[in-house]
Amino acid sequence: MLAHERISAAIRAVNDDGRTALVPFITAGYPEPGAFINTLTAIAEVGDVVEIGIPFSDPMADGMTIQRSSFVALQKGVSLKWIFDELDNAGGTIDAPLVMMSYLNPLLAFGFDRLAERALATGVCGFIVPDLPFEESNELRAALDQQGLGLIQLVTPATPNGRLKKLCAASRGFVYAVTITGITGGDTGLPDDLANYLDRVVAASALPVCAGFGIREAGDVTNVGKHADGAIVGSALVEVLEQNGDPAAYLMSLRK
Amino acid sequence: MKSLLQADEAQALLDASIRGELPDERGRFGPFGGRYVPETLVPAFERLEAGVREHLHDAGFQRDLQRELREWVGRPTALTYAPRLSEKWGTEVWLKREDLAHTGAHKINNAIGQALLAKRLGAQRVIAETGAGQHGVASAAACARVGLPCCVYMGTVDMQRQAPNVDRMERLGAEVVAVDSGDKTLRAAIDEAMRKWVTDPSGIYYLLGSAVGAHPYPYLVRELQSVIGKEARQQMIDQAGGLPDVAFACVGGGSNSIGLFYPLLGDDIELIGVEAGGTGDGLGQNAATLATGTPGVLQGSYTIILQDDDGQVQETHSISAGLDYSGVGPEHALLQATGRVTYISASDDEALAALAELCEAEGILTALETAHAYAAAREWSKDNPGKRILICNSGRGDKDMPTLTQYPPRIRTDARA
Repeated sequence: MLAHERISAAIRAVNDDGRTALVPFITAGYPEPGAFINTLTAIAEVGDVVEIGIPFSDPMADGMTIQRSSFVALQKGVSLKWIFDELDNAGGTIDAPLVMMSYLNPLLAFGFDRLAERALATGVCGFIVPDLPFEESNELRAALDQQGLGLIQLVTPATPNGRLKKLCAASRGFVYAVTITGITGGDTGLPDDLANYLDRVVAASALPVCAGFGIREAGDVTNVGKHADGAIVGSALVEVLEQNGDPAAYLMSLRK
Repeated sequence: MKSLLQADEAQALLDASIRGELPDERGRFGPFGGRYVPETLVPAFERLEAGVREHLHDAGFQRDLQRELREWVGRPTALTYAPRLSEKWGTEVWLKREDLAHTGAHKINNAIGQALLAKRLGAQRVIAETGAGQHGVASAAACARVGLPCCVYMGTVDMQRQAPNVDRMERLGAEVVAVDSGDKTLRAAIDEAMRKWVTDPSGIYYLLGSAVGAHPYPYLVRELQSVIGKEARQQMIDQAGGLPDVAFACVGGGSNSIGLFYPLLGDDIELIGVEAGGTGDGLGQNAATLATGTPGVLQGSYTIILQDDDGQVQETHSISAGLDYSGVGPEHALLQATGRVTYISASDDEALAALAELCEAEGILTALETAHAYAAAREWSKDNPGKRILICNSGRGDKDMPTLTQYPPRIRTDARA
């Protein structure tokens, strides 16, 4: 099985059990770099696919929560190389497929070929790159393809139908359906026309569809789960880390 | 993505640039440029690109724009001979007076053009970012002129050092949003404006103020600012009797400089862009992006940026808010790679000294940004006596009074009562 197929398979397996897949996101090394692997292991026991956020100096698609966590992580010396080294040290103890979410520039600086090699070796199965639209993605996609890794495409309520089909066809692992026109960590909740939108994405996609942005409570997961295959929870989980809460317990509460 | 060009490739790209063929259909200036934006904004950028294609060179739009430039902005701006500066430097110095344009800087050329475009595209409101506040003031004025609400994002560090411009923006009816995230200067203001745009990509028009960002902005801003170089070229022929040997402009994001340089690319004129050398050569001590940066993607464009080995964008320092930026327009990255334009830097202290010299010699209080171009031209004059120099006097210095009060003027002894 190719690495990106592990992602789809993990989500489908949960769906076959009658559940909505849960995809937690954390900013790597936040709030303390020393706790990274422990936190990752704990949330990977509840989450079905885990997103690792690579901190970046200019997170232009993110709200205050993830901006803050990124700056703290950077100040404490977190880098892509450090994250790979930590994953190496963890030595494959994490079962859930890992996905890295990163702005493009840290990946460019690391080098695409080296990135794909290290990702495959450390259990990372795919990448989400919020400032890399499909039209600019050929080089990264080619490098990831070489190792069977997936480049997960984002779609949004502003994406026209023709483009939606193209993006769904290009995606690997799952399709990331952004629920709102906005940035992460908003407090506006899920939009009223969410059902129609998610149905439209699911109809266009052969891959599982996971919805993200604005998911905070068990009710949100239930709502999203009526239409999509998975629910991504990011800012709300980072807030739990910010307040020194128990991330695994919070994720369990979303399963109610 | 390639960062360095072979010699024949560089020449071919320069020729294409002079023929007006860049950016290409993907928004590229050779390897630089492109469109690296969140998926939510892709349809908005596609609409903007189509709108630019439809309207920018349309006769009706150009008629409206030219009328506004003439009757509201006050163009053409003067070309001024600087006799006392010429004598001091031993060269022949001419100044393109963008400080005389409405609102006091070249920024208005772009702001009124984009505001007219926003109106044609049916935007409900306009957002803009600003560093020195000049683009914010220009946007506020242009939006008032065309009847659109305007909201300006500005870093809190810049709000402090350019306080007079904050007041001006608000009096012109704009809302000024304080940006306290990131580096609290221009880069953070752009990030925050992008975040706002993502919330309403079809209703908001983002009036970007420099030749930076994702396609089509570097192209759009260059086209609207090229009026500087076109006018200056003709005025040099008419007033000076010929083209200059060299042209200087300051470079932050690079809008006044691309506006001056672009129409002169095909001429036998040395072109020199001057970045902010700040307080030193170390990372974080300056904003000399092209001098010390490396290729990367920042705020929608593949260009030269100041970054560390991990691809994290570095903070900058400059005494001038308008040059205090970690990136530079992608067309400048190409012009540097082709060797057509030389990019150097001037320090904070050199800029301050140049500002004082210009005040005294010619009675012009120039902007701190612009003062960097003077500082470099002054140095160049030492090795090139008798040459004819054109400097883009991109803006006036009134906005810099909060900074300048920390450096008391030397009162001329013959001026004492």
